[in-house]
Amino acid sequence: MDNDNKPSVAARRQFFADTARMACGVGLLGLGVGLYARHARALPPAALRPPGALPEADFSAACIRCGMCVRDCPYNILHLAKPEEPMSTGTPCFVARQLPCEMCEDIPCVKACPTGALDPRLTDINKAKMGLAVLVDHETCLNFLGLRCDICYRVCPVIDKAITLDPQNNARTGKHTLFIPVVHSDHCTGCGKCEKACPTEVASIKVLPLTMAKGALSAHYRLGWVEKEKAGGSLVAPEVEHQYSMPEGMKYEHGKGLSATPPGAVLPEPTLPRALQGNKL
Amino acid sequence: MRSGAEAIAAKGWLVAHKWLLLRRSSQIGILLLFLVGPWFGLWIVKGNLNFSYTLSFLPLTDPYVILQSLVAGHVPEKLALTGALIVTLFYLLVGGRSYCSWVCPVNLLTDAAYWLRVRLGIKGSAHISRPTRYWVLGMTLVVAATTGSIAWEMVNPVSMTHRGLIFGFGLAWAVLLGVFLFDLFVMRHGWCGHLCPVGAFYSLIGKLALTRVLLPARAACNDCMDCFAVCPEPQVIRPALKAIRGTPPLILESNCTNCGRCIDVCSKDVFAFGTRFNTTVAGAAGIPQAALK
Repeated sequence: MDNDNKPSVAARRQFFADTARMACGVGLLGLGVGLYARHARALPPAALRPPGALPEADFSAACIRCGMCVRDCPYNILHLAKPEEPMSTGTPCFVARQLPCEMCEDIPCVKACPTGALDPRLTDINKAKMGLAVLVDHETCLNFLGLRCDICYRVCPVIDKAITLDPQNNARTGKHTLFIPVVHSDHCTGCGKCEKACPTEVASIKVLPLTMAKGALSAHYRLGWVEKEKAGGSLVAPEVEHQYSMPEGMKYEHGKGLSATPPGAVLPEPTLPRALQGNKL
Repeated sequence: MRSGAEAIAAKGWLVAHKWLLLRRSSQIGILLLFLVGPWFGLWIVKGNLNFSYTLSFLPLTDPYVILQSLVAGHVPEKLALTGALIVTLFYLLVGGRSYCSWVCPVNLLTDAAYWLRVRLGIKGSAHISRPTRYWVLGMTLVVAATTGSIAWEMVNPVSMTHRGLIFGFGLAWAVLLGVFLFDLFVMRHGWCGHLCPVGAFYSLIGKLALTRVLLPARAACNDCMDCFAVCPEPQVIRPALKAIRGTPPLILESNCTNCGRCIDVCSKDVFAFGTRFNTTVAGAAGIPQAALK
């Protein structure tokens, strides 16, 4: 009996040893590949995906790195990531500061994608969300400094919707207006034209991935004025009129400003402080 | 004497290199089809070996990358799936690992490494068993499932080579150099013959494939061993050549790459291409039913 079993025991031992060796060796390789893939999922902020790209986690399962989108981009804006780039090798991207998306109306890159990694349901390029422009540096933006640069606003393909100029008082001079570029996320496609055109040495407005650029209100937040409009009236009853503490005879109304009451009343002449009276200085 | 010398003497150089020349023409020709687009603006084929579109009519997709995509949780659009079906059917017809020897660009590199290995007389080779490639294949699918991404494509030397040639290499050349040096100094037929999961995948298709190397004249074998010397998967030859355990004169082993070098180097014309159903070969009587199904 023992003699009959011996070869099979040895063979079984060998089988288990070989299997363990293989599983451990290949498993280690797999661990390396897996970790590398996890790291690569965090796109570098400067790399933007073509229009219609699925969210990054889905994209990395769907893109087979064939480069068809790169080929069908009429402006040669897309490229496939090289192994040394800190993102998934062979996947398509563009860098806005170098070459922004031209937002073709027929979206040839999406049409070229054979797998749906670029979602074929995107048929209106103005609905693309390649990223979101953010005016990242208020200290270097020329409009913030009081100049009428306005370039980001002018080059925006969705002008007056994705970027508007918001006039504000220039507190430094006291008599000028700042025209502050404001990006509206519901219209910005992330094409990157603004970042490309920004004249500061390093762009002051940059297109960032949505996950990085966008905040989110807590789910329980309600905007009072929105709720009021929805309800067709104040939800807090009764609505109390705000009382301003004003000097006697003065009145302030939101939107109208300061006024004297009654209308005919004469305001007292402003007087100089006593120290300045009689040319004593 | 160099392997194949006898065949050259018997058949002439050209006939003794027929399949090799055809194979190189196929590999380089396919590469050129992909390259005349980016080089000369002549767009016959767009894309790369993962997915290509010929004349905006014929979609061809690597079924292995589609399998990884499915395992990672994405169902591709119809165009990619159609391409994968066409490619699968094609290799069922011509032999699974025909991809390796007739199409894959890495084969040019590893064949060069082997050629140089022989010329430099480099002996000795690290030992990794041939089935390792199936483990690697399984691993790539497990990693695709667990990371939810086509992770292997980030390091796959096969697609990296082809993509690099067409879309620009970057540092991919370092990976290729690694494969070349590994095959040259570390292991004989190391990458293609032991590790590559792409080859392993196509060999699985090859289990059912139609086109096979036959041995219609195996009785004429004079044991010169030239076929073993040139074959990248020499273990596939022995059973059919020596009729071990009643093996018919037909290489059914799926790791045969249908490269046809054995046909070239045999001075006795033992080998020939045919189909798995080809039973008209001399001395083929008594092919077990199992081999014919």
